[in-house]
Amino acid sequence: MMLQAIAFYVFAAVLLFSGAVVVTSRNPVYSVLFLILAFFNAAGLFVLLGAEFLAMILVIVYVGAVAVLFLFVVMMLDVDFAELKKGAQSYLLPGLGIGGLLAVELILAVAMKWNFATQAMPAATTPKGITNTAALGHILYTDYIFYFQGAGLILLVAMIGAIVLTLRHKSGVKRQNAWTQISRGPAESMSVVEVKSGEGVE
Amino acid sequence: MGVLIHFFTTLPVYFGLDPMGYAWAWTISQTLLIVVYAGLVMVSVAFWILADRKIWAAVQMRRGPNVVGAFGLLQTFADAMKFMFKEPIIPAAANKAIFLLAPIISATLAFAAWAVVPLDNGWVVADINVGVLYLFAISSLGVYGVIMGGWASNSKYGFLSALRSAAQMVSYEVSIGFVIVTVLVFAGSLNLSQIVRAQAHGWYVFSILFPMFVVMFISSLAETQRPPFDLLEAESELVAGFMVEYSSTPFLLYFLGEYMNIIMLCALMSIMFLGGWLPPVDIFPLNAVPGILWLLLKIIVMFFMVSMVKAFVPRYRYDQLMRLGWKVLLPLSMAWVVIAGAWVVFVRPALAHVFGG
Repeated sequence: MMLQAIAFYVFAAVLLFSGAVVVTSRNPVYSVLFLILAFFNAAGLFVLLGAEFLAMILVIVYVGAVAVLFLFVVMMLDVDFAELKKGAQSYLLPGLGIGGLLAVELILAVAMKWNFATQAMPAATTPKGITNTAALGHILYTDYIFYFQGAGLILLVAMIGAIVLTLRHKSGVKRQNAWTQISRGPAESMSVVEVKSGEGVE
Repeated sequence: MGVLIHFFTTLPVYFGLDPMGYAWAWTISQTLLIVVYAGLVMVSVAFWILADRKIWAAVQMRRGPNVVGAFGLLQTFADAMKFMFKEPIIPAAANKAIFLLAPIISATLAFAAWAVVPLDNGWVVADINVGVLYLFAISSLGVYGVIMGGWASNSKYGFLSALRSAAQMVSYEVSIGFVIVTVLVFAGSLNLSQIVRAQAHGWYVFSILFPMFVVMFISSLAETQRPPFDLLEAESELVAGFMVEYSSTPFLLYFLGEYMNIIMLCALMSIMFLGGWLPPVDIFPLNAVPGILWLLLKIIVMFFMVSMVKAFVPRYRYDQLMRLGWKVLLPLSMAWVVIAGAWVVFVRPALAHVFGG
């Protein structure tokens, strides 16, 4: 229990610290790197909660794929963040208002000990005797199959949309067909010629 | 593990003290185990590198390293010494913190992956339920060592190469992910030890998963930047890719991480397709051999194949590499997820019915 408490406070402290650095850092690359650190510590908190599958998926999807793309974009685009942040001060009041509202909601939710969601809690605990991953699978592919498939479909539509928006068919571009290249044999691609001395090849 | 915990629990008794608490004994023995294990893995890398060079040399009818130690056995240690005693050069315009952090991340992740690899029945540092996902997460984090190193060196060659290799690694991770899914569907578990035990009646390489073994092999080569997919480095054509600004120990760390990843993927293929620590058939002289030797033999066979590919396959072009990853391997592995699922649901129960389980 002691070790778990120490681990929790370390993960939570680093998570909050890196979250703060993400929004305050001047260099956008540092922001993304600290965002990754934040994801990582969130995964650590999931492990402490006994949700090891969610922790691993968080690392694989967010750190391994999404944050890589963020990093790509931030490193390659020459975005002047000082310019972007110039008018940020004028949004201070609405920002603080929304932040404060969220904080109040969170405090209320925790202080009420989730009393308003008595149905949600039993469903969220892992049944005895099966692993966390299997339990998630049992819920996801039975009770919530339509929501799950619907979410998948939305992602698919988003992906197709992005491809359709960026795909350009250029005419007059020579393309390679790997199959014709591989299936080419010596018979159609070379000829052996006996050349007499001093005459050359036509 | 249990022996170690018992030893440390009872150790203070010999000095006339109270026995140690379980938590402390567990922590000490686990730490000891990790240190010894990591040390062994690191020393073994020296011999893997030597084996790689020797195989490569033999194909090209050279003798390879043969001066330092008997048969050149100590060559890698000599090279490592050389790197360590060189002056580390940090470019003036480099981002110093990230520049030094990047190789450390690469090497650390390569070590961390070994925590879940079962060397024998029960011989594993961390027997976690999501072992395969853990390995997949670690290997997807490997991209950061590359991108951070390339960006922090503040060199356009290093940076471009880092972007290319990151794109390559991300592309091939997708098909590796689907290959892993097919194995999971067959084994019904994410735990690496369970996956090995599920192969007691037949390795997955001899089932309909054989094409996935081939896909996994090709994707592993691309994932670890081995020839024929070593486009970021292309020893005979370019400078050293994203590592171009690195020298001395930081370079050594990248090199170490690279080879440890290769051996790691060889081990993963042995576990997922070649039955891990299991003997080929469960009969007397074979099942008396310790499981760790079987696993080692399988890793050696896989590593030999990887080395041979390096020696005699010509290098791919970048667009060919992307075509192979996205248009050939990805659809194939996605189709095989469906086939494997159908096999497990429809064919396997029918077979069990016919042959009486």
